[in-house]
Amino acid sequence: MYQLLKQIAKTGIVTEAAPLPDATLRALERRLGQVILEHFGRALAIRHVDAGSCNGCELEIHAMNSPYYNLEGLGIKFVASPRHADMLLVTGPVSRNMETALKRTWEATPDPKLVVAIGDCGCTGGIFGESYASCGRVSNVIPVDVTVPGCPPAPIAILQGILTAITPGR
Amino acid sequence: MAKAFKELGLDATPLATAMPAFCVSIPVAELRGICEQSRARKARLVALWGSDESTRRAGYALHLALAFPSGLLWVSVPLSREDPHYPGIADIYPSANRMQRATADLLGIIPSADADRRKWLRHGAWPEGTFPLRKNVEAAARFAQSPDRYPFVPVAGEGVHEIPVGPVHAGTIEPGHFRFSIVGEKILRLEERLGYKHKGIEKRFEQMTLEEGARLASRVSGDSTVAYAWAYAMAVESATGTEPPRRALALRGILLELERIANHLGDLGYLGNDVSLSFGFFQFWRLKEDLLRTHAQLFGHRYLMDAIVPGGVAKDLPPAAGEALAERLARIEREIAILKSIYDEHAGAQDRFIMTGQVTPELAERMGLTGLAARASGIARDLRVDYPIPPYQQLDPRAASHTRGDVSARVAVRFDEIFESMRLVQTLVQQLPSGEFRAPVAAAAAGARGLGWIEGWRGEVLIALEAAGGNRIHRLHPHDPSWQNWPLLEHAVHGNIVPDFPLINKSFNLSYSGVDL
Repeated sequence: MYQLLKQIAKTGIVTEAAPLPDATLRALERRLGQVILEHFGRALAIRHVDAGSCNGCELEIHAMNSPYYNLEGLGIKFVASPRHADMLLVTGPVSRNMETALKRTWEATPDPKLVVAIGDCGCTGGIFGESYASCGRVSNVIPVDVTVPGCPPAPIAILQGILTAITPGR
Repeated sequence: MAKAFKELGLDATPLATAMPAFCVSIPVAELRGICEQSRARKARLVALWGSDESTRRAGYALHLALAFPSGLLWVSVPLSREDPHYPGIADIYPSANRMQRATADLLGIIPSADADRRKWLRHGAWPEGTFPLRKNVEAAARFAQSPDRYPFVPVAGEGVHEIPVGPVHAGTIEPGHFRFSIVGEKILRLEERLGYKHKGIEKRFEQMTLEEGARLASRVSGDSTVAYAWAYAMAVESATGTEPPRRALALRGILLELERIANHLGDLGYLGNDVSLSFGFFQFWRLKEDLLRTHAQLFGHRYLMDAIVPGGVAKDLPPAAGEALAERLARIEREIAILKSIYDEHAGAQDRFIMTGQVTPELAERMGLTGLAARASGIARDLRVDYPIPPYQQLDPRAASHTRGDVSARVAVRFDEIFESMRLVQTLVQQLPSGEFRAPVAAAAAGARGLGWIEGWRGEVLIALEAAGGNRIHRLHPHDPSWQNWPLLEHAVHGNIVPDFPLINKSFNLSYSGVDL
């Protein structure tokens, strides 16, 4: 126990400053009113859906939960069910085998809700594109508010996309 | 070298690649006999796949990769256009079950008389009787969605009930479906249903040149991008007769070991998290983030994607960078040693780790468990040790080995492998040869074959390649070790409580994308 406490004390606080929102990431005009966004901005519940990624974007979503990014300090937390979520964070080209599951997850998320597509595949279909097995980009299946390109996008870029989606203003 | 294959009465042709590999074609009538003899000689089934040979004026072919002590044997079995059936081998090699079913879904190559002929990769995206990997099906073809109606094995009895989980899970995990049959809190049976991420990777390869394929290979399973990129490069080099420079091979060794360390750090964090030791999660993910940032600085990518290319590596390591890497690794290693002693002495964590999710060595051997999980179940196999290719030949790598086969053993293997990989990287950095880092790659002749076989952090990654004309890909099968290990997860959870499933699952940490393809 002594060693554990010593390690915590020695490590200190490593959290870095959060990024600023970037309006160029918006795929749709801001749909939600200022009042709603102000509430989301203080307590945002996110449900992640992997709709067919290579698992690279998931690594960066995990990394975003490291102490460097102190998500909960920003009022953001990941929840276990779409029914508890304000936002879906969707990765991958949407495989046709996940098309129905993604639509159902979106329907199960209560309105008002936001969707952020993560990674080159989520934004454009990426290297997998559209085929007999792939629907391509996320917005081919559900409406997308903000897109975050990158293969995979770094945690700071994903965080910026999330903050952009919930920032009132332009 | 080809002695083992002569013993089987096979006249195998050596394949020019970095490790000992051979090709042979056998009639379908001999398939089961060869498999039985191979199994008796302790050969392992590494992969099973199929191909459509209509563009080469033939029917179909079934392919097997068998690992003998003396090397890898690529067995091809020509099948006729009219009757692409073969006798299944899942009773000889249990891991063949899902590979046979995937081959049937994609190509219509059917294992006759096999007990389990249920579909596997086909959910509802294409209709029964359509086989998307056949050459006459366009990659862009679109079929109407139909209901999946997968026949799960029913479990009945007093007090038995089912918990269906997924494909969308509660955490940040890849999609898959788990059907638990439970009594009270205990798991009586688990049935996995995967294939949700099937996005047509193998078909996509056939639209690409050998050069373009490198990027796709790096994205078969994102957490193993280095292992796949190296296996792909090795296959292309084998098909084109390219010899990568010594400096490139040493740099590849550094990249592969860094990928192993990064993944093990992440898993050790999550294994702490799953037993409520969130201290472990935050500490290990801090160290992982430090390493990922070092990767980005020195190699230009946090996960080292596209760093390995056919012919060598994409970018050289600047002179002073080796010292910076060595210094940072030494700092991370000191902290890991402290965290290991905290994990070892934490009664609450050890109580959850020990004897949870056990796979005995006997079961592991019978079912064909491989990679990291196998080394936790008494099977000390590791390609870096068993068939060392450069740069491993000079490094004398040690395979981790634990025998209890529980979560605790899989934790111990990860700690051992981190320390060993640290040693390998430090040695490689010190002994980095000078010279070129990339050699030109010639075009492949139509029909040229190549094999790549690399011990990634999860286990052995295989790339089997056949070139078409114009430097294009006729058929490419990327094989993830998760094919072998997923079925063992179904066994590992027997008699465990449902709340321990996430912990057991994480201790294997298998790939969905790598097997759904």
